[in-house]
Amino acid sequence: MREAMLALLAKEPAHGYELRQRLAGALGPVAEVVNPGQVYVTLSRLERAGLVRGVQVAQSAAPDKKVYEVTAAGREAVTAWLLDSSWPKVAPVEFHLKLVAAAGTGLADPVALIDAQRRELLRRLREVQRLAEAEFADDKDDGVLLLEGSALRLQADIRWLESCEERWTGRTR
Amino acid sequence: MSAVVQAEGLYRHFHGDGVPIRAVDGVDLIVDQGEAVSIMGPSGCGKSTLLHLLGGLERPDAGTLVLGDQRVDGLSEAAWARLRRRTIGFVFQAFHLVDELTAVENVELPAVLIGSPRRAARRRAMQLLERLNVADRASHLPDRLSGGQLQRVALARALINEPLLVLADEPTGNLDSHATNEILRLFAGLREAGQTLVLVTHDPRVAATAERLMTMRDGAIVDDTRLDGGAPRQAVLRQLAGWEA
Repeated sequence: MREAMLALLAKEPAHGYELRQRLAGALGPVAEVVNPGQVYVTLSRLERAGLVRGVQVAQSAAPDKKVYEVTAAGREAVTAWLLDSSWPKVAPVEFHLKLVAAAGTGLADPVALIDAQRRELLRRLREVQRLAEAEFADDKDDGVLLLEGSALRLQADIRWLESCEERWTGRTR
Repeated sequence: MSAVVQAEGLYRHFHGDGVPIRAVDGVDLIVDQGEAVSIMGPSGCGKSTLLHLLGGLERPDAGTLVLGDQRVDGLSEAAWARLRRRTIGFVFQAFHLVDELTAVENVELPAVLIGSPRRAARRRAMQLLERLNVADRASHLPDRLSGGQLQRVALARALINEPLLVLADEPTGNLDSHATNEILRLFAGLREAGQTLVLVTHDPRVAATAERLMTMRDGAIVDDTRLDGGAPRQAVLRQLAGWEA
């Protein structure tokens, strides 16, 4: 979030509201869950860290506004962020360990856990597909791409649950 | 709401190498008018056999089946064939179009078979092909069509007699990702138009178009749940974004 905001400012300076608009354009429906307060808090942190500089701009018909621009250090941070190839963890370690624990302790049926998890993931996939459908109809490409990424991950997780089901059906440890 | 499918105690057994296989093992099932149901489960769990029983392509060894207001489990082969043409639209993984007929001829065939005037059947077939965005292929033979086009033609054929029930068996099993997306959109449209739909699938994307999910294992329905009315939109979006719900 922090780096993404910095990158949006590296394109051109903006005040808080403009930055929120840009963020919304890039995120599509996911922008609904961005807390506006979070944007302003992040901006002041970036300023304290010397990555952006806030400049007061006088307006004739409204109170002064603060426009933020990226500093040289900020530009460096953006470049480093763009080139960093780390990836959010994808291995569902915790669920795997739950299955092992359920079978080992007899406190839950692993196959029932798998069924419940599949229901939950399919509900999410359904919601994502409906959001993507709406975005697609509005021709908002950036948001659609993000939703497509989410949909593909959910599909992969659901397929992995099939493998879990095959392994855990009719066996206990 | 009236029920389109009412099945009770459906059994279907096969004899493989002398060992009886219980493909469908006592299934009770009610599908309401306008409901879309997806059936998932591991290979061999009996989900395709169940679909065949619902559409009369196979007969149950025991159990009762009512489609609309008609009891059908005791029907003769000929009576089933007549009923099927009027009330059931099938969509298969392998399309099953007639190779010697053009796309539009394939679509109008079920209408002609129940005695619709040819001209009216042709008009309706063309309307459906247009609605499914494949009208420009109307005069092509199946071997000139892509997988996605074939499945859209097959879907048009399934819809031509305005069936009470559409049954689809792995409808995207032979399609690439792009063609799958098109079929998904069409299914979503069907659902919104109130078409009753039962889908058997491995594909999570297809399953997620239905509002009700059934899971089968060893011939039995082990889970029956609604996929709508789940987490509110904001919670889903937060999970997507990877932020705390």
